[in-house]
Amino acid sequence: MRLLQSTQMRRVLGLGPALGIIGFFMVVPIAIIIVFSFMKSNPYGGVNPEFSLEAYKQFLFERNLMDELVFNAAYLRIFGRSFLLAIGTTALCLLIGFPTAYYMSRQPARRKNLMVFLVTIPFWTNLLIRAYCWILLLRDTGIINNYLIKWGIIDEPLTMLYTNFAIFLGLVYTHIPFMVLPIYARVEKLDFNLLEAAHDLYASRQQLMRHVILPLAAPGIIAGSLLVFVPCLGDFIIPNLLGGGKHLMIGSLIQLQFGGSRNWPFGSAAALILMSFVLIAMMIYVWGPGRKMKPEGDA
Amino acid sequence: MPKPAIEIKNVTKIFQGHTGHPVTALDHVSLTIEDNEFFTLLGPSGCGKTTLLRLIAGFEYPTQGEIVLFGDSIRGLPPQQRPVNTVFQHYALFPHMTVAENVGFPLKMQGQRPDEMTRTAARMLDLVKMADFGDRMPDQLSGGQQQRVALARALAPQPKVLLLDEPLSALDLKLRQEMRVELKNLQRQTGITFVFVTHDQVEALTMSDRIAVMSMGRLQQEGTPIAIYEQPVNRFVADFIGETNFIQSTIAGIENSGARCTIGPGTTLGTGATADKGKGDAVTLAIRPEKIRLVKSDGAADGLQGRVAECIYTGTDTNYQVELENSDVRLVVRGRNAITGETLFKVGETVVLNVAEGAARILAD
Repeated sequence: MRLLQSTQMRRVLGLGPALGIIGFFMVVPIAIIIVFSFMKSNPYGGVNPEFSLEAYKQFLFERNLMDELVFNAAYLRIFGRSFLLAIGTTALCLLIGFPTAYYMSRQPARRKNLMVFLVTIPFWTNLLIRAYCWILLLRDTGIINNYLIKWGIIDEPLTMLYTNFAIFLGLVYTHIPFMVLPIYARVEKLDFNLLEAAHDLYASRQQLMRHVILPLAAPGIIAGSLLVFVPCLGDFIIPNLLGGGKHLMIGSLIQLQFGGSRNWPFGSAAALILMSFVLIAMMIYVWGPGRKMKPEGDA
Repeated sequence: MPKPAIEIKNVTKIFQGHTGHPVTALDHVSLTIEDNEFFTLLGPSGCGKTTLLRLIAGFEYPTQGEIVLFGDSIRGLPPQQRPVNTVFQHYALFPHMTVAENVGFPLKMQGQRPDEMTRTAARMLDLVKMADFGDRMPDQLSGGQQQRVALARALAPQPKVLLLDEPLSALDLKLRQEMRVELKNLQRQTGITFVFVTHDQVEALTMSDRIAVMSMGRLQQEGTPIAIYEQPVNRFVADFIGETNFIQSTIAGIENSGARCTIGPGTTLGTGATADKGKGDAVTLAIRPEKIRLVKSDGAADGLQGRVAECIYTGTDTNYQVELENSDVRLVVRGRNAITGETLFKVGETVVLNVAEGAARILAD
């Protein structure tokens, strides 16, 4: 009994620092944001301590001249656009990342480690600097346009910077390691005998991919997709720098509310709505693999 | 005349080693495996037996030579196009599928209808006594059970040849003995040609119709278990299979049925056929420990005289180390123990060694 208590005690003590950090740096800020989202905005920044649902109403409605609530889809459109871009980015990252990770995992040990190392190189440089590099590459007088004109492929510079294309490219570029690494970690452990066994049991290459490799890589694919999708959804650096802030994204919208617009309650409400979507995505992840392990009727 | 199941024709396989030096895994191997045969490839690790199996399965291609399956060359065919299935050493069951799905996998790949597939899978699981385990996942099974599922899965598409890559090596002794009998029965029931790879001579001797002994990428001897055990062609085969006494000697004279060899001053031993050796040639003799009988010496008996130097009790038998008189040769002799369980001879006792006619073989080294 005494021993049990002491192990429980030690467990609490051991977890203490971690719980403290999570509690302080995560729970407290989120609590503040929740409180703020139910208050009135102060035009000079900050909040007026009065209860109000104004911030949540503002998300779907606007007040017209007669001070009546009218449905306004502008913010929904921003959410929709952000979702589409995040889904598109995740899909493209998966399309590029899976073959890359699979190829890496099939290399000899030394080559493998070198390639993992290469994938992590972008992390060494600050994201802002890498984003500015893309500006240098993509702008009308940028490196890509200059060479395309020099080689006579085009006469007029292509407008690439400050378009949805640039945002998309930037998001894929910054997030692809988060797709490659979890998938790599998964397929690298794949028993090579299983692949031989599948071929031996009459599976073609396509069947091998569909019935053996993909199901076994699924946890890595799901983890990678989440690691790309969630940060993409809230990203504001890439949309601001490469999109020129012309097309508002959720991240930019939230940033704007705390900055120029001075509407902290609305910024908090938008952040919470975003977070609830992310939580839904996480729940799909948590429950997804559990369902996967059960026998499927017909695959 | 039925076509042989597999003809290995002068096959060589050279791998590119890690250091860039080529490694010869198989060196001009030729073999014929008959239809409906339990054929064993036996040899120590690194002898090329697994490479040969992988060449038949199609996981590797020969550097030189050809493999013919029931009269048709299978050169260049990938594994999925060969009517040959493999039972892997570590079973290689798909961890994300149930037992029944695992067994049904090859049938699904071949495009069988789902109801037909379910029936075949159930029949196969029944065959390996795993009928009640269809809904389990592979990680819920013991090693022996996984082994049976792997067998059922490989047999389900009714291959013409079943390849088994040391399938019993991961099982404990009791289970291994049980599976030996079952594998043999399964082979008889299905009538499928089994090619079995092992480094365990007991497995090879007990299960096989024929055995090919391999070493260093070369075929050493091919024959029935009895032929391999009784008439090993060289020192490697004699040493690898069973226990053997090796004696260096010279041929003293040729007799009508064999030779007489000198094994010490004034001591000679009659042997079997001499191959192509003549009088005065140095040869290696091989004698199995159980082919020598010890008799208590009464001083007058003729034959080889010796003294028991050591006794090692092994249950039914005792292994005696006997030092020969007038010779520095030490022989291991296996003797049955008395019904009461006592060893028949004691250390230091003088004995006479009766060597059966033809028991000593001259090896073609």
